[in-house]
Amino acid sequence: MPTDNKQPTTNNELLSFSGITKSFFGVAVLKDVSFIVPAGHTLGLVGENGAGKSTLMNILGGNLTPDDGQMSLGGEPHAPAAPKEATCAGVAFIHQELNLFPNLSIAENLFLAAFPRLGQKVVRGSPFVVCGSTDTTRVHQRTTNDEQRAVSRGLPWIDRRTLRSRTTELLRQVGLDHPPDTPVERLSAGERQLVEIAKALSIEPRLIILDEPTTSLTSRETEHLFALLNRLRERGIAMIYISHALNDVLRLCDSIVVLRDGAVVGQGPRAEWTVDRMITLMVGREMEQLFPHRPRSNLSPPSESTAAQVSASGAGSSDTLLEVAGVTQPGIVADISFGLRAGEVLGISGLMGSGRTELARILFGLDPLSRGSIHLAGRPIERLSPRERVAAGLAFLTESRRDEGLCLDASIADNLSLVSLPGHASGPAGWLNQGTMNASVQSARRAVTLNASARDLQPVKTLSGGNQQKVVLAKWLLNEPRVFILDEPTRGIDVGAKHEVYSLINQLVGRGAGVLMISSEIEELIGMCGRILVMNRGRIRDEIHLHQFDRERILKAALHDGHLAATAANPEAAR
Amino acid sequence: MTAARKILTSEYWILLLCAAYFVAMAPFTPGFATGGNLANVFSAMLPLLVVATGQTVVLITAGIDLSVTSIIALASVTGALLISGDQGLLAGHAAAVPVGVLVMVGLGGAIGLLNGTVITQLRMPPFVVTLTGMMFFSGFAIWLTEAKSIAALPSGFLALGKNPWLAGAIAAAVAAAGHLLLSRTLLGRWLYAIGHNPKVALVSGVPVNRALILAYVWCGLCAGLAAVLITARLESGSPVHWRSNLLDIIGATVIGGTSLYGGRGKVLWTVFGVLFLTLLDNSLNLLNLSHFTIMMVKGVVILFAAAMDVGRSSWLVVRGP
Repeated sequence: MPTDNKQPTTNNELLSFSGITKSFFGVAVLKDVSFIVPAGHTLGLVGENGAGKSTLMNILGGNLTPDDGQMSLGGEPHAPAAPKEATCAGVAFIHQELNLFPNLSIAENLFLAAFPRLGQKVVRGSPFVVCGSTDTTRVHQRTTNDEQRAVSRGLPWIDRRTLRSRTTELLRQVGLDHPPDTPVERLSAGERQLVEIAKALSIEPRLIILDEPTTSLTSRETEHLFALLNRLRERGIAMIYISHALNDVLRLCDSIVVLRDGAVVGQGPRAEWTVDRMITLMVGREMEQLFPHRPRSNLSPPSESTAAQVSASGAGSSDTLLEVAGVTQPGIVADISFGLRAGEVLGISGLMGSGRTELARILFGLDPLSRGSIHLAGRPIERLSPRERVAAGLAFLTESRRDEGLCLDASIADNLSLVSLPGHASGPAGWLNQGTMNASVQSARRAVTLNASARDLQPVKTLSGGNQQKVVLAKWLLNEPRVFILDEPTRGIDVGAKHEVYSLINQLVGRGAGVLMISSEIEELIGMCGRILVMNRGRIRDEIHLHQFDRERILKAALHDGHLAATAANPEAAR
Repeated sequence: MTAARKILTSEYWILLLCAAYFVAMAPFTPGFATGGNLANVFSAMLPLLVVATGQTVVLITAGIDLSVTSIIALASVTGALLISGDQGLLAGHAAAVPVGVLVMVGLGGAIGLLNGTVITQLRMPPFVVTLTGMMFFSGFAIWLTEAKSIAALPSGFLALGKNPWLAGAIAAAVAAAGHLLLSRTLLGRWLYAIGHNPKVALVSGVPVNRALILAYVWCGLCAGLAAVLITARLESGSPVHWRSNLLDIIGATVIGGTSLYGGRGKVLWTVFGVLFLTLLDNSLNLLNLSHFTIMMVKGVVILFAAAMDVGRSSWLVVRGP
């Protein structure tokens, strides 16, 4: 718990929301939201996708203005009309999608908004935030206890020396010892997250908002991040931590606020909370179990396969849908063999960079393979284009919804029909039958219980993450796939939507399809799969059957020699 | 407020803008609102409509075809070299006109095929490929004719451009075909998806390269057909026909509302954009403004229309289409 003597204000309350209300086109998104963030406190904000978290943070950050209600920050009213005003008031954001420019250096990324200039006079290391019409006005307002910070405009040339020294100092604070001119593209996801935090620190924030900061981090990187966040808390910086990883929230936060349908449905100090209670409040109903029931037979006799030679079990049996034999692409994957049966959910576990996503892309025909064979229902497909593989019954939900899953600006209907379009076309001109096409869009919406208020012609980007993911699933389900490859099917979506995705997977395998499920959430694989393959450095290191499922065994196989691999690829991870 | 919103978000807003412009300019522009002049406007917009219909399809894929004016030039001189009564290879032959037309259109399609193939197989930006194509083919057209124009075209051919009913029917057929291609066929839906996000399209099983090549072929065919209309209307094949009209073609398409960033556009919008630009040109000519003044005014008006479209798009984004 933070002590009060470090606080910049005498009052213990840093930020308060009182009665914040906001609606879009008559739909209430936030209803009378009130809570307080004490100075130096870390507050966990949880809720399903669409519960109003982002809207609330957008109001705090000056991207939106509330219809009603007030905010106060450090005892003064906080009503930012633009993001810059929130920045100047000492509110820093760290977004789920990292906002760094990979082609620029760390230093350039940190100071992009306001490079230190030659001839610029700076008293004490101060933020180079340009606030107000002259550079000095607003900075003064919030640092009345501090020395005055005179920042003059200076010459229009970048002061490289100051840039380097300021960057080095910020990187030291976040525990990252790369030279300031390292291009960001050379950093791992975890290191980039640290750069984001350094960027936040460069404005000397009073409050940092972290939105799902751990989604793309490995568990080791997450530990680094949490250690850093604890150090920041000791320095008296308050934080709002938004995450679907409820265990992390419970571990990290001093108090927790739960939002549901735009209203605060629960708040209190950490001691009052358990993960189950959070889930119950978030979904507004008792969640019997996260993973819906499906009979999972242990299909194959567990011949204790050693890590080095994994039997291609299932290969050759009559109901094998996908048979992969000796698939190799130098430097990416080596000697991958397995069989996927009808009605089976086969899991693939492994760290980021273990080759799991790359394997999926090779199986789907997006990346080349140099050796090996892939059979879909007995037919060789390794020479076919993605288009022909789709026609043969393969489906692929990619890791990144934004880049490869959805045309975000296109309508829900257009996204839903994209994969199954050829089925509605006839004749050499490819004339589309609008009637059957619309009917299939409607049936797809019903199958995945898409948000009923969304109109067919609405751009898909206006949907919440969970509903977007349902659109991706639905567009493939319309094509009635025989083998569905799912790469991180529940990334960044809330518990309720996760449950629905799992149910859809169960329905699909119930109809005799095979599912290859790649996930970094071990719990999810254990909850859903009949068999799990563990990948590490491009190879399958272990094959684990239902009755042997064990977190520790999976982690061991995933990390086996993993230290060396991680060190070679990324020296930072070894620290 | 709601009325303004209705107009701004309407599909027909460029058409409304045309009407407003016409009403506003008619009292000041001698001879603007006469039947004869309107017939002029109509026949002047036909070749532009044909070539812009092709460009619309390419812009929807987030591409661009800068080679269309060079296709017009090359198709014009090639066709004329075939069918001219003076020096044509097929001079006086009964099938000269149909063969000439087919060669002109086919040449456009072939250049489109070349553009599309280079863009997809060598993974080069459409801007660079079609820009260099434009330089090469317009140079080639001039070299072929030694910069002379070729006259004495058969009267059957001239009718294609001079008879407003015939030319109108051709242009309407092309626009209708473009509209149906985009809105009602598999290829059309694929092209929109590619324009939105080619990676998503590829993963979703769209044959991205094949669809893109077909888009450029379509654009080339349209430019070839426009060359027929232009050559017939101007009664000569010349390598300098339409050499300075490239921005009119892209401008009309973009004013109509088709996005340069891909994924958004309609042939109907292009029809309105072409009408607007043609009206503008016509009225400024009637005002006896100099060529340079016309260019200046056109620039300002197009910028204004584009700015209104930006505002309009942000309304649409908030409200949904």
